[in-house]
Amino acid sequence: MGRSVFAGGVHPPGHKESTAGSPVQWAPVPARLVVPLSQHLGAPCAPVVGKGDRVERGQVIGDVDAMVSAPIHSPVAGTVAEIGTTLVAGGQRVAAVIIEPDEVQDLASFVPIEASDDPRACVRAAGVVGMGGATFPSTVKLTPPKGMAIDTVILNGCECEPFLTCDHRLMLEEPERVVAGAVRIREMIGAKRVIIALEDNKPDAAAALRAAAADGIEVTELPTRYPQGAEKQLIYALLKKEVPHGKLPAATGALVHNVATAVAIADALESGKPLTERIVTVTGAVARPGNYRVVIGTLVSDLIEHAGGLVGEVERVISGGPMTGMALGSLEVPITKGSSGIVALPKGMAAPAISDDQPCIRCGRCPAVCPMGLEPYILATYAGKRMWDAAAERNVIDCIECGACSYVCPTKRPLLQLIRVGKSAAMSKGAK
Amino acid sequence: MSKSVNGSDRIVGPSPHIASSATCTGIMLWVVAALTPAALWAVVNMGLVAVQLLVVTIGVALGTEWAVNSISRKPQTLLDGSALVTGLLLAMSLPPRTPWWMAAIGAFVAIWLGKLLFGGLGHNLFNPALVGRAFVTLSWGGVLAGVQNRGWFATLADVSAEGLDTVSGATRLAVAAADRAASGGYGFDLAAQYQPLLLKNLEGSLGEISAGLLILGGLVLIVKGIIDWRIPAGYIGTMGLVSWAFGSDPIFHVLAGGVMLGAFFMATDYVSSPMSKKGRLIYGIGCGLFNALGRFIGPMPESTTFAILFMNGLAPLIDRLTRPRVFGVVKTDA
Repeated sequence: MGRSVFAGGVHPPGHKESTAGSPVQWAPVPARLVVPLSQHLGAPCAPVVGKGDRVERGQVIGDVDAMVSAPIHSPVAGTVAEIGTTLVAGGQRVAAVIIEPDEVQDLASFVPIEASDDPRACVRAAGVVGMGGATFPSTVKLTPPKGMAIDTVILNGCECEPFLTCDHRLMLEEPERVVAGAVRIREMIGAKRVIIALEDNKPDAAAALRAAAADGIEVTELPTRYPQGAEKQLIYALLKKEVPHGKLPAATGALVHNVATAVAIADALESGKPLTERIVTVTGAVARPGNYRVVIGTLVSDLIEHAGGLVGEVERVISGGPMTGMALGSLEVPITKGSSGIVALPKGMAAPAISDDQPCIRCGRCPAVCPMGLEPYILATYAGKRMWDAAAERNVIDCIECGACSYVCPTKRPLLQLIRVGKSAAMSKGAK
Repeated sequence: MSKSVNGSDRIVGPSPHIASSATCTGIMLWVVAALTPAALWAVVNMGLVAVQLLVVTIGVALGTEWAVNSISRKPQTLLDGSALVTGLLLAMSLPPRTPWWMAAIGAFVAIWLGKLLFGGLGHNLFNPALVGRAFVTLSWGGVLAGVQNRGWFATLADVSAEGLDTVSGATRLAVAAADRAASGGYGFDLAAQYQPLLLKNLEGSLGEISAGLLILGGLVLIVKGIIDWRIPAGYIGTMGLVSWAFGSDPIFHVLAGGVMLGAFFMATDYVSSPMSKKGRLIYGIGCGLFNALGRFIGPMPESTTFAILFMNGLAPLIDRLTRPRVFGVVKTDA
């Protein structure tokens, strides 16, 4: 097999050893669940239950009539304690249903979604969103724009972020479910080709998938290099097609879904199971790092406590991976459909606090690692000087925010942060 | 940046939350380490004069950086390591018996005019060490090539009196150039010079004593990912090729003079060289071309300094012409 590659990229230390061998275990249902009503990109849900209501596991508790949205289900059987608000990992305060779970839970059973002949309706009814972190409603992605033919479905099991192993464990422990997801998506889309892609640091998962793969489903191992799992880079590595500037990835005829999302889609279609829990890698400076199956709405603090608590001096606690995740200001935020990991970064491992007075020494590392062929040093300089048009001219909006530039910068300039500012300014100007 | 609300020392900040271990100081110290074998070998062979030169250039470079920052009330930048590298590089580019005041002026000019006046590290258009060396060369050029007799404590008057004496300390390169000018041939066997040039050649600057140790240091920097191989490869390759085209011995010409110090340590200065891979190759080729042309048709036996400074000036243009192609954007050359 040829070594498929994309331009640029970095090799941060993987730090996956401490959890890659940890089988997925259920985390206990806490005494109180905080289920946000906005767990996806798009319109937030409105609650459809009230204080004091009895809810069953799988029952819809929030929904909204909007194209880009996904309903929210109760992850447990219990009682609605309150319709309130909660902080979420991103730092926003959103509406939430607070549930007091029954003392005895049967996590094997659930209220199935309303049956439908339309598989896309089922996926929506099950509340499936992109579980790799983007949380884009899957139904929308499964409904390509008219005239756009999808011939290839790619399941993304790269898990290129350091520390995270939740997708690795899923592929290793439930390869047949991943394959089922691939088959279901292929049926829905009418694609000719299905590729399950993962980085070559998970040979056991690749072997498990190959053993489970049926009828022409390809399993492809790609070189371990961040950001191999970024959608555009993944499509390029597999198909040698570039997503054209300003177009949807579907323009290449490829549709990418995370492996956990694929399993959620298969669950929705085959057993009517709504998305109410997910695998979360809890790792870094915690006493018992591992992979836990967590009901949505479990607070990060509960989960960390279950993992034995933080150990030593922890500088940042990250929701997601350390390259693209969010640093938590408070641990009293809930696990949501997009929470792939909780990473406690000890002192010395976390990036230094950003300062904006560091000079660029023109070492050339950032343009060399940018997977989009951008020149981060210059974009950051333009953004710092509020030269929005100049930044736009140099394609600032093509930045995928992978963070490879900031990662390699020897003077620790906050390149990505400056570029984000430039990008949002360029985008809002473009929208006018 | 804010502290966590629940009383811990946790930091909230934008992603990415991890950083590579590369630091500016670390990079500079690797460059120093890579130059150390050649510098030590110079000290072993030249003794005290080499030590004196190193101490003066490095001391004045660091002192100038500290003093100018202090006077202009800027944050101190000594710890970034760049002044140390500049001082060391300047010493390596000068003959060991360079009068002390000349070395000191060179170091001062390198740091002040070459770097700080432009706005400090990252803003200088030209390699600071070469700016310092160019200043010294242009001011007292004959001295550098020739006067070695009084050396360290020579005064300006001594220098003026002996400035045209180019015989006592002439390098192989100068002899070769003189021979070529006189007869079109060479009065000595160039191939017989390979070994001394690589290992132990006591003519010329500190950095000419052992091309071999400079190559070794340069390779370490390439392997460590600190410098891009394209610059020295383009430089040395072109230097050899053009020498060959001029009917001379390419191996002699890449080993003699300032080529190895220039190709591995001077031209690769981050700030004054292009950013893109393609740009770096073009830039390296340009350095080699002008260095060789300077040797064969220029007025001076060696031209490393001015070849690299000239290409420094072209680096922004090269960057402009070699912008990377943005992923997903089809190039429409207007």
